[in-house]
Amino acid sequence: MAYLELKNVSKSYGTGKDRVEVLKDINLTIEEGEFVAIVGFTGSGKTTLINLINGLEFPDEGEVLLQGKPITGPGPDRGVVFQNYSLLPWLTVAQNIKLAIDEVYPSAPKKEKQEMIEKYVGMVHLSHAIDKLPSELSGGMRQRVSVARALAMNPKMLLMDEPLSALDALTRGTLQEEIVNIWGEDRKTCLLITNDVDEGIVMADRIIPLNPGPKATLGPNFKVDLARPRVIAEINKNDVYKHLRNEILEYLIDVGASRSSQKTAQYELPDLKPVMPGRIKWGFRKKKEKLQYF
Amino acid sequence: MKERILQLTGIQAFLAPWISVIKGEEVQKNVQALLKSYIYPLLSILLFIGIWHAGATYLFNKEATAKIEKARTERGEAGALEMQNCIISGDVSCQPNTLPSPAKVWDAYLSLLADHKIISAKKDAFDLKVAKTNEKRIAKGQDPITYTGRPSFVDQIKTSLKTVFAGFLLAAFIAIPIGIVIGLSTTLRTSFNWLIQILKPVSPVVWLLLVFMIVKTVMSDSDMDKSFMISFISVGLCSMWATLVNTSMGVSTVDKDFVNVAKVLKLSIGQNIFKVVLPSSLPMIFTGLRITLSVAWMVLIAIELLAQSPGLGSFVWEEFQNGASDSNAKIIVAMFVIGMIGFMLDRIMMVVQKMMSFNK
Repeated sequence: MAYLELKNVSKSYGTGKDRVEVLKDINLTIEEGEFVAIVGFTGSGKTTLINLINGLEFPDEGEVLLQGKPITGPGPDRGVVFQNYSLLPWLTVAQNIKLAIDEVYPSAPKKEKQEMIEKYVGMVHLSHAIDKLPSELSGGMRQRVSVARALAMNPKMLLMDEPLSALDALTRGTLQEEIVNIWGEDRKTCLLITNDVDEGIVMADRIIPLNPGPKATLGPNFKVDLARPRVIAEINKNDVYKHLRNEILEYLIDVGASRSSQKTAQYELPDLKPVMPGRIKWGFRKKKEKLQYF
Repeated sequence: MKERILQLTGIQAFLAPWISVIKGEEVQKNVQALLKSYIYPLLSILLFIGIWHAGATYLFNKEATAKIEKARTERGEAGALEMQNCIISGDVSCQPNTLPSPAKVWDAYLSLLADHKIISAKKDAFDLKVAKTNEKRIAKGQDPITYTGRPSFVDQIKTSLKTVFAGFLLAAFIAIPIGIVIGLSTTLRTSFNWLIQILKPVSPVVWLLLVFMIVKTVMSDSDMDKSFMISFISVGLCSMWATLVNTSMGVSTVDKDFVNVAKVLKLSIGQNIFKVVLPSSLPMIFTGLRITLSVAWMVLIAIELLAQSPGLGSFVWEEFQNGASDSNAKIIVAMFVIGMIGFMLDRIMMVVQKMMSFNK
């Protein structure tokens, strides 16, 4: 049985005239231990999709099944890494992670909790910054804390919503490797949402493009048959990688183009006549026009 | 910590140019800064005092002329001359009653200080005298004898501060919890909005009367200080609205990201309030408290004046009723003291507010 299953899921916002159908007939199955990446344009409904899975929102039609049972809300079995870190700025790194640990192991002794915090902070290589506030950390470090917080709940599944899109390319590369390494240790089920095809190929087993919304649907599966560990510098020259990358990009550009051509509306240009300099009549003043200073 | 407080109060920025000029760093730039932060404000103070003095002199002359004219119509030329001489001699009995000049206000300030010294000396002497008797009385379980003479100006200030703090604490204890509860629930917010909107603009005087109606009955047989109770409760009720509205506003507008984190981590209600909602709305709450304190100080004077409870308000009113030659000057002294204490309270709250806010 699939670990996560989405069956004909549709989701829309607003009512009446303002109703926007974001997702339409989404079908997705993820097996246990699989690393799936969903690639799509910004605004195509990626965040809505992940919110349906983490339980912050519920589908209008269809159902989201986790191990065969419908999702009723957020739970510690799904750890979430948000796009904008979402760390609590008044808590230190350790306190932010403790929040997650307190929820999952409420009755663990204090010392054990402290050890767990140190373990997860060490996992993302932030032991030196354990007592710092998020405002004292760089973007990459903040996102690592966010990853550590998600892992600290010891979830069966990790959901990542464009976790690296706010980071620079170099930091992104190292963090991609780190996340894949952590994933490789216990092979949790992983769902990555991203707008970067390369990121998907480097990290995931399977890539699914999300056709842009409104009424976004999922595209065909692209299997990534590259041996792990994948090092960016090496697979850059790999023919399989190049081929796969081009295939996905072409698909995305095609669907993007077909969507945008549908959208084009006919605009009517206003009928304006340019004023020619020679046609201004001098000495002709409108009446009743007074300058008012106050 | 000490440095942080200096920085937040603005004292550091205030003193920085002096320190730099003395050390000889960037002299020209710092002399300009000195000009800006000391000389120009000083000039504006002098300008203010100058205009005040001119206005007071004009009013004094007008009142004096009117007095002399009145004496002339009543008692003839001799009466007018007598009045004129009397005014020039500075005799207390015939001084024109009008806006006092800055010099007179300063004199009144000094006389109030001297008065305070005399009264506190009397009080100390009294305490010394009754010390032994009081010990015996306490041993017997009786109330000690306390000084019941006229309070000095400084005592009035202390009483006012006590009342305003009691009112402020009452406001905080009522408004913050209610604000949090209302902020957390949209249903409660919409159902109680009418009450808040209607009660918010009610005048301090009406609050005082309302509190009077209730306290009078509730405490009919208690020997607690009724006028103090009435005034501090009305101060609290008048001023709590800013905190209430700001707290509920801050709580209801917690960043959506934080709300999502709380949901995903499945925080309990208590954890959610203390770890997420309260910290993120603290800046708003303290803005509300700051407004509350300044409103409390502002309405306090009016309420004391009406409730006959001791304090600056009743001091002002008594001086006005008194009508002595320096009463007007004393009222103006009280005005400046009230203003300066209000300014200081606001500064203190500002420092606390800045210390409580976090940077994202």
